[in-house]
Amino acid sequence: MDPYVLKTLNEERRARRAAVLVTDLGDGRDRIVREGDHVAGDLGAAIANAFRTGNSRSVDAEGRSFFLNAHLPRPRLVVIGAVHISQALAPMARIAGYPVEIIDPRTAFATPERFPDVALHAEWPEDVLKRAPLDSYTALAAVTHDPKIDDFALKAALDARCFYVGALGSRKTHAKRVERLLALGAGADQIARIHAPIGLDIGAASPAEIAVAVLAQAIHAFRSRGLEAKGAVA
Amino acid sequence: MDESIYLDEARDPLIIAEGWMKDGKDVAIATVVETWGSAPRPVGSHLVIDGEGNFHGSVSGGCVEGAVVTEAIDVIDNGKAKMLEFGVADETAWQVGLSCGGRIKVYVERLG
Repeated sequence: MDPYVLKTLNEERRARRAAVLVTDLGDGRDRIVREGDHVAGDLGAAIANAFRTGNSRSVDAEGRSFFLNAHLPRPRLVVIGAVHISQALAPMARIAGYPVEIIDPRTAFATPERFPDVALHAEWPEDVLKRAPLDSYTALAAVTHDPKIDDFALKAALDARCFYVGALGSRKTHAKRVERLLALGAGADQIARIHAPIGLDIGAASPAEIAVAVLAQAIHAFRSRGLEAKGAVA
Repeated sequence: MDESIYLDEARDPLIIAEGWMKDGKDVAIATVVETWGSAPRPVGSHLVIDGEGNFHGSVSGGCVEGAVVTEAIDVIDNGKAKMLEFGVADETAWQVGLSCGGRIKVYVERLG
């Protein structure tokens, strides 16, 4: 392995950015491919698959054998709002492999009794996200209904290119939210990435069912990353 | 279940390999590049080895690490990468086979 390649790879991994290490098993040469880098042909298709699935594997392409080692940051879910939906969403997401953090400045909601075994911040999103910024391997679900709490986090999620951004509220509520986000400087194309009303349309009625719909929508967004450009996923 | 979203720098083999390199040590990196059947560690797992035989990480459940370390010293000495294969069908199975019945292929290369 090239020492510079190792150094670069570790930098990417520390910064929670995805990278695929491509090693030619014939001559031992290696290089780093970052998400969004264009690689042509069968090798490019295999690399794209490695980014999407996170699976490492050996591939034969262009008459050579390559090993693709996929280094994906661990995806996580940040929930704005320590509400009833979040109480169901936190354990479900954790079981699905997405560590959860919950942020809600309302200390009556954000109590360890209501949220055992969850990383819980009874603080304003502004303060928490300054310490632990959002990134493209983070999903954000804003479920307080309260603009004072949700709006900053939603804008931050769009700016950080979170792989999933969802906001609870009716179409009418969302229309008002869109106006506020525009005023905060968000672009219309950015705002279009927000899933609102939140969750896959499975007819969810109870808080726990809404949690299922939100989690499924976030997983779908994660597993279809990079397909948007080809129009395969809405 | 490992809940952290950040690298565990004290135990991460590639971080350790980089640290060894900075300390001026010779380093080899072993990587699981293929598995068949039940294999204890997934494709992409690393074992890193320094010139004195110290190692971190794993490529199996401890079944073949000893053999990989021996080969890695060789790779460090002559600089030529090696592809190793381990499995129950292997003739050396009694010494370094995988008791789980799987087979793995391990690529061993020198750092630098």
